[in-house]
Amino acid sequence: MLSELDVSAIIVTIKLAFLSTAILVVIGTPLAWWLSQTKFKFKVIFEAIIALPLILPPTVLGFYLLMTLGSNSPLARVLESFGGSSIAFTFSGLVVGSVIYSLPFVVQPLQNSFSSVKRQSMEVAATLGASKLDRFFTVAVPLARSGFVTAGVLGFAHTVGEFGVVLMIGGNIPGETGVLSIAIYDHVEAMEYTQAHLLAGGLLVTSFVMLIFVYLFNRHFSIMRYKD
Amino acid sequence: MIECKLNIQLEGFKLDAKFTIPDKGITVVFGPSGSGKTTLLRAIAGLEKGDTGFLKVGDSIWQSDHNFVPTHKRQIGYVFQDAALFDHLNVEGNLNYVIKRKTGLTKDFIDSNYTLLDIKPLINRSTVQLSGGEKQRVGIARALLTNPKILLLDEPLSALDLKRKNEILPYLDSLHSQLEIPILYVTHSQDETSRLADHIMLIEDGKIIGNGPINEMLTRFDLPLSHSGDAISIFDARVMSRDTDFNLMHLEFKGGQFIVPDNKLPIKSLVRIRVAARDVSITKKKQTDTSILNIFPAVVEEMVPEGDAQVMVRLTLKGVVLLACLTRKSASSLKLDQGLSVFIQVKSVAILS
Repeated sequence: MLSELDVSAIIVTIKLAFLSTAILVVIGTPLAWWLSQTKFKFKVIFEAIIALPLILPPTVLGFYLLMTLGSNSPLARVLESFGGSSIAFTFSGLVVGSVIYSLPFVVQPLQNSFSSVKRQSMEVAATLGASKLDRFFTVAVPLARSGFVTAGVLGFAHTVGEFGVVLMIGGNIPGETGVLSIAIYDHVEAMEYTQAHLLAGGLLVTSFVMLIFVYLFNRHFSIMRYKD
Repeated sequence: MIECKLNIQLEGFKLDAKFTIPDKGITVVFGPSGSGKTTLLRAIAGLEKGDTGFLKVGDSIWQSDHNFVPTHKRQIGYVFQDAALFDHLNVEGNLNYVIKRKTGLTKDFIDSNYTLLDIKPLINRSTVQLSGGEKQRVGIARALLTNPKILLLDEPLSALDLKRKNEILPYLDSLHSQLEIPILYVTHSQDETSRLADHIMLIEDGKIIGNGPINEMLTRFDLPLSHSGDAISIFDARVMSRDTDFNLMHLEFKGGQFIVPDNKLPIKSLVRIRVAARDVSITKKKQTDTSILNIFPAVVEEMVPEGDAQVMVRLTLKGVVLLACLTRKSASSLKLDQGLSVFIQVKSVAILS
């Protein structure tokens, strides 16, 4: 049924999705909190930058990532001077690409939930003796928990589903950067429809289940909703 | 003593509050909405920050020129208008939020707070299962668990209907009698003020226009409270004896004895009496053929016209100050003047506690 390549694609994809989601939550949480609280005039610029992957063709993003991360890029030279090497066409490069590509799917739901945390709740916590960090973790985070579930599931699912960016900077190296979406494409190219069906169907069902989970957890959720 | 000199500049509003208030008892911050009552409370809690200012509560300085203690390091109890319980925690979780963060709270201290507000029956409930009054009780208990140096209450009853208000007022009475800390109580309700206040701080357009003992604030003619249609005087009295034949009780106050219908309060208990200015009439000679029981000798201290037809008269009876609202015609035919000795007849008194 599943070839060795397919299994390795599934493993790489799951590894990539878990790692990217974890990094996204770590980066996205402070970013979303800042966006939800700041009165900074130009915050729209940041919001627009974060939202870019929503509308940009993945190949455009992939192209610029390749330019930034590729072996001739200034970044690669800096890495090389420290004894490293370019991360294009490596698993690390894939993670960097996924994080950028899926950022809006994590930041936006978090920002929405953080915005709905009343300022008064944070003030109450302060009067009860909780420091800034303390009240963030004990009041803001629990009150925004539905946002975390949504952000986590969407970040994960979106990373699993990416194709263009992966193709541009991953290079489809089996066991390293060969992911599911590309494996499906390869099967179709090779007219191996049975295997393509198996992988595509599996992905369809998994994504569906994950979205059911999100909607169950958060009745008012909509991917396109944007609330300030 | 609490010393406060705070300036807060907000968008379209300026608070300029300079006052001292005593360490004990309830000081009601009274003023129309938008006058800066809540801003003042927030400033004391450190939730609003001015450029300059000075704030000293007891022996801790919370704000001075080069020092601003953040809210979470101030020992305050803050009760918000709508209780503001954490909805992600149940009642116990809300209370434990404080217990976890304060060191050295004894079990006795915690228990006494729970008893004071009758928390035990609520402890395992979720916050959405509480009525408005119950929420506010938990809110007050949570604020008291911080072992505060000052308790700040921001219109704690304004979100409640009359029935819930009456449910929670007895708890506020017991706070009043049992707590040793100063309480700042923001309200624009005359009822709450006359029932709870020891002191009144009047605030208007961000400025403190008067600050002192309740009856002084109620009866001073340079302040607005004595000029409203429902001007009142308030003083303390003690239940002395009862007249079982007529079902009456005798209340002794500095100026004499009131005779009022018996409401079963135990002998010796301290009560607070409210006399409305329009329930007080004045005679030159002591009337004997009258249905009015409460007649006292008094001296006219000051009079001011109140509208076109009335005058407000401030009288003293052995140091107790009372207001009487008369028609200008009566004042003129009685030839009332400062220093004149008269008799006052009090048609009705309200017992507030």
